Amino acid sequence: MTVVGTIKDIRDDVRSGSRKATDICGQVFDQIRAYDATLHAFNTVVEERALAQAAAVDRHPQRATLPLAGVPVALKDNLCTRGVRTTASSKILEQFVPPFDATVVRHLEAAGAVIVGKTNCDEFAMGSSTENSAFGVTRNPWALNRIPGGSSGGSAVAVAAGMAPLALGSDTGGSIRQPAAHCGIVGLKPTYGRVSRYGLLAFASSLDQIGPLTRTVEDAAIALSVIAGVDAADATSAPEQVPDYPAQLNGNTRPLTIGVPRALVDQGVDREVSAAFTAALEQLRDSGAKLVDVTLAYASAAIPVYYLVATAEASSNLARYDGVRYGYRAAAAARSAQSGQTMHDDLRAMYGRTRAEGFGAEVKRRIMLGTYVLSAGYYDAYYLKAQQVRTLIRRDYERAFEHADVVAMPTSPTPAFKLGERMSDPLQMYLGDVFTVSANLAGLPAISVPCGLTAANLPIGLQLTGRMFDEATLLSAAHAYERRTEWWKRHPTL
Amino acid sequence: MASGFSRAQVEAVAALANLELNDAEIELFARQLGDILEYATQVQGIDTTGVPPTASVVTRHSADRVDAVAASLDRADALANAPDASGQAGLFKVPRVIG
Repeated sequence: MTVVGTIKDIRDDVRSGSRKATDICGQVFDQIRAYDATLHAFNTVVEERALAQAAAVDRHPQRATLPLAGVPVALKDNLCTRGVRTTASSKILEQFVPPFDATVVRHLEAAGAVIVGKTNCDEFAMGSSTENSAFGVTRNPWALNRIPGGSSGGSAVAVAAGMAPLALGSDTGGSIRQPAAHCGIVGLKPTYGRVSRYGLLAFASSLDQIGPLTRTVEDAAIALSVIAGVDAADATSAPEQVPDYPAQLNGNTRPLTIGVPRALVDQGVDREVSAAFTAALEQLRDSGAKLVDVTLAYASAAIPVYYLVATAEASSNLARYDGVRYGYRAAAAARSAQSGQTMHDDLRAMYGRTRAEGFGAEVKRRIMLGTYVLSAGYYDAYYLKAQQVRTLIRRDYERAFEHADVVAMPTSPTPAFKLGERMSDPLQMYLGDVFTVSANLAGLPAISVPCGLTAANLPIGLQLTGRMFDEATLLSAAHAYERRTEWWKRHPTL
Repeated sequence: MASGFSRAQVEAVAALANLELNDAEIELFARQLGDILEYATQVQGIDTTGVPPTASVVTRHSADRVDAVAASLDRADALANAPDASGQAGLFKVPRVIG
């Protein structure tokens, strides 16, 4: 497999002039042409646009000194790109061409990055397998009959298969970290508010966060430095200073304390995942870290809390897709004269039919669940209760961080499952998010790094979770682990 | 709530959500939403006496922006994705609602 190298390799080579951005861009598109018909990481590729951006880096010496000079980037298809179709992998937005760029896209382009295309995902980022896409499934490059994870599955596959050294995804309940784990790469969900969400098609606004998928922890640090920061267009973006994350990777001189929620990770985890996790903890200990037990007493309630909160927010956010201002509109239905229906009913029918034809099954299921839990008579029992337990989950982490710098868990309780295996049982699909959703509920930064392969050659991920806005410690812990292992050097055989 | 999620309830929620469902979907969602809600009832067993709800984890808001007139999206750009619009009048169009 041809690989163009890491972000750091590319950036340094373009800066020194030893490689041209246009050559790197060409290699990436060769890779896409060779493998994407099989893998389907991309919904849309923009080769001409990318080559023009790369040529601008080669032509202007000052662009070659930028932090992502000539670095090809794949964007999850729920990030708005001016003039480039942005679908959220939904039929309802199949022809949507945004009139503006997401803030992260502006940051990437200002940093010299080259946008190569838009990646497949679960529709509106709702799913854990990328099977809920209106445009077909994405395959895991390590095992073509298996899911790549989701919802940012296309982004993870693009990086794992050498089609881009950097991809952006969005993470509402694990949608960056879980596909990164299943594809053997690094995935970082920053602190809520660390990265502007302006231009991200909203799923659950109090949980959504944009982050990078990369081959190495250092690359994740480089990418985060570019996309992080306050933004006037997103009132929830955080005013906290953005540190120089790559410079701080090795800056941690004191031994770290790693918290392990034993009661949580000792049950319901696949045997091989459990063994890899235990081995990773040993390596962390060997690197000088101290391991302590922590208690996340309410973590077992995180999945129901997450699915109550996220679907409630989704039902509200997705109300905007009604066939009026953008997106698909269903053809008018004939109104029967004797039914007593009015013209106003025609409008309601247009909304209802547009959404029936435009949304897929999982999106409908979540809109229904969210509408129900917000409806009169059920709000207190479900939504309010879930928000109260969300507070208890946050307090769990606050207590854990009194003793630990980071908390370690497996990213996913199992390796990538087979395509189709969980599609008929949504609850079973949701249960796989057990270790990832609590970081979103608490707003904490979390990262998945490769920590092993199963006997069947399927990647396993180690998840580390950090304190609010302490990505620097989180990244340095992940970096220290990664440098003691070889897992990140492994590639799928295509 | 498992088997207690009726077709009528599904239809009522679908109406609130502006979602037209066919018979097969009503049946499927009655079962699946029942299963999911039954699982979710475990949160109701947790003692949350005196615990405030978390709607957002944001603790420090960024500064308010100045309330000043600034350039916004061009009207033609704003209308460009509409399934039915009048560029000339600058309007989104919907099915007729008044006779």
